[in-house]
Amino acid sequence: MAGVARDATAAAPSEREDGTAAYPAPPGARGGDHGREGRDERERERRRRWHRRDLRWSPYAFVAPFFLFFAVFGLFPLLYTGWASLHRVELTSPDDMEWVGLGNFSRLLRDDFFWNALQNTVTIGLLSTVPQLLIALGIAQLLNYRLRGSMFFRVAVLTPYATSVAAATLVFVLLFGRDHGMINWGLGLAGFDAVDWQNGTWTSQLAVSTIVVWRWTGYNALIYLAAMQSIPHELYESAALDGASRRQQFLHVTLPSLRPTILFTCVVSTIGATQLFGEPLLFNGGAGATGGSDHQFQTLGLYLYEQGWVNLHLGRASAIAWSMFLILLIIGAVNWLVARRLRRSS
Amino acid sequence: MRTHSRASHRLVGLVAVVVLGAGTVAGCAEDPPEPAAGVTSGGGTSGGGASGDVDGGSGGTTLTVGVFGAFGLKEAGLYDEYMKLHKDVVIRQTSIERNENYYPQLLTHLGSGSGLADIQAVEVNNIAEITATQAGKLVDLGRTEGVRKDGFLPWKWSQATTADGRTVGLGTDIGPGAICYRRDLFAKAGLPTDRTAVGKLWAGDWRKYLAAGKRYKAKAPKGTVFVDSASGVMAAITGGSEKRFYDAGGKVVYKTNPAVRGAWDTAAEFAREGLTGRLQQFTPAWDQGFANATFATVSCPAWMLGYIQDKAGAAGKGKWDVATAPRPSNWGGSFLTVPRAGKNTAAAARLVAWLTAPEQQAKLFERRGSFPSAPAAYDLPAVSEARHPYFGDAPTGRIFAGAAEGVPVQIVGPKDLIIAQNLADVGMLQVDQKGRSSEQGWDAAVKAIDNALDR
Repeated sequence: MAGVARDATAAAPSEREDGTAAYPAPPGARGGDHGREGRDERERERRRRWHRRDLRWSPYAFVAPFFLFFAVFGLFPLLYTGWASLHRVELTSPDDMEWVGLGNFSRLLRDDFFWNALQNTVTIGLLSTVPQLLIALGIAQLLNYRLRGSMFFRVAVLTPYATSVAAATLVFVLLFGRDHGMINWGLGLAGFDAVDWQNGTWTSQLAVSTIVVWRWTGYNALIYLAAMQSIPHELYESAALDGASRRQQFLHVTLPSLRPTILFTCVVSTIGATQLFGEPLLFNGGAGATGGSDHQFQTLGLYLYEQGWVNLHLGRASAIAWSMFLILLIIGAVNWLVARRLRRSS
Repeated sequence: MRTHSRASHRLVGLVAVVVLGAGTVAGCAEDPPEPAAGVTSGGGTSGGGASGDVDGGSGGTTLTVGVFGAFGLKEAGLYDEYMKLHKDVVIRQTSIERNENYYPQLLTHLGSGSGLADIQAVEVNNIAEITATQAGKLVDLGRTEGVRKDGFLPWKWSQATTADGRTVGLGTDIGPGAICYRRDLFAKAGLPTDRTAVGKLWAGDWRKYLAAGKRYKAKAPKGTVFVDSASGVMAAITGGSEKRFYDAGGKVVYKTNPAVRGAWDTAAEFAREGLTGRLQQFTPAWDQGFANATFATVSCPAWMLGYIQDKAGAAGKGKWDVATAPRPSNWGGSFLTVPRAGKNTAAAARLVAWLTAPEQQAKLFERRGSFPSAPAAYDLPAVSEARHPYFGDAPTGRIFAGAAEGVPVQIVGPKDLIIAQNLADVGMLQVDQKGRSSEQGWDAAVKAIDNALDR
């Protein structure tokens, strides 16, 4: 890592030197006498060397910033969190670490709140990811038609993604309010009883999922749209010639072509769902990280925050963070297996 | 033609992006600019002990103050006043909106000895933990010139004093309790409306407050209830007993403490009798309850007056009033501390001493409603003769001073906040909002607290 960085900084100036100096003299333009030729030969040799180095090392220079930042803000915290998860550490004195081995992890296995949070994360994840991707697919299909002002709609579906979680969630908290919420008002007009969204297990998880769906559907729709536009038009033409209806075209041409993209969005959404934090935190209306009076919408991310920054147990919070990481690795492995199968079958 | 339409498409798209983007940005920018600017100027970024740097040209001292929420010192103009008195001092404030975000950051900064402001505020629910675990990193303010122990309420002083007699925080304000009530709703329910008569209704006993609630319910105006939440009642009652969650030896005793269990049972009865609005305090739904006048009373520490005024708005002016609480109690209040890692600890300590002196605390009460923790301020006209125009000119100075003097010296413990929060937001909220039995709610709270306190 450090080696790459050093070479990267060394290569950077050469690239500039090369770029400005090499081009004015066209290749094949030769000088007069032999002495000059010798010097030119050396000069050319020097430039060629630089050029080779440039080709070889410049890519590293370009990717180096990412890896540097990743090392500082990604890798180091990851490893340090792993180290902290093996200790009893309190936020009141973070330097005071007491070795407990895997004690934090074995405690999690016996921790009802952890299992509750894991279960909530899975159900909220399913409740948000599945409709989100289905709706996104539908929207992408619609946007793929020739529409008046299609650019406007394309930008419009992306706006929820650009709003801040905090602002969006606060609005949803008001919408899902028990006494004065707009949704209950609508239910009342339709003759239904008011629903206490926040206090029911399913209702609260549905509400949190709604926020996630609202925010991320447009983003996924645009990814699908981009993939749809890269499907060769001939496929549709020949399908149409064979008498395939619009629906059949969608099922037999569009969907198979989108398979890698769908897999990608599934992975990204799953990662997002596992780390879900802001929406459930703010859905509690600013009343802390409990995730409701019965912890009914406390996700793993929220439980991590509660243990680390409310209860001040940094070691245990680190163990939760690593458990989440391990869960993601398992999901990743499953995904890889599924992808391999898909590739083989196609 | 074709290119034209494409260009217009692009234009539409661009306009859409700009409009929507601007909307988003505007949405984000609606936070009050003051604290946001403060956070960037100090908070986490300036860090590295650079907070106490010397201010270039004038050769004066720059002091930074780290607070949470709308703390009031700046809003009351106290910094400006100090800077006028001391031309060589420049005061800058950094603010983080919520204490639950502020406090962990303060602990982290104290642990690493960097990123600290010269003066850091601490909320009363955290003061025991700060005093017990961070005292070594804080300046002993008891030795600052002009600071006298008897200048403060004895219990306020002792809350920030270590076992070996170092006072690491000076009190800014306290939260003596009253009951705020809607005069119009009381009249419709056939209850007295005069604040003295209302106070007499429940004087001396929280059970009488419950009885008044039942009377209210019998003739309650449609769509209203007697009290906002069960947990508000519980917080007010527990704030009046000497022993709460810890005993004098520092042992967690809330499970067996009859005072806590008594407060729990009374509050749960409010829920069972259907006297509460089933609201959770400090949530948007609670704010809407103020705005729509859906509850007639609320437990009301001094700092709550400003909150009601904000949330009930102009429509509530003259309709809300303040009566004495059944028993004196305290809820909330803050301290100022000076971290030793700062560069100007002596100057910072002098500023803290000035800010917490009776005259300044009186000004804070007059301008912001935060009630002084310095008894000498109670005799100053700004406090003793204070009346609150929003609350029907209620003599708030007299009411809260009386409550403050009746508050027993309360034993505070390091995990007070966690215990109080789980009792309210897990246990009592289940009883109040989910209709669980008192026993089920208590068990759920105990389970959550056990899990939180388990190291």
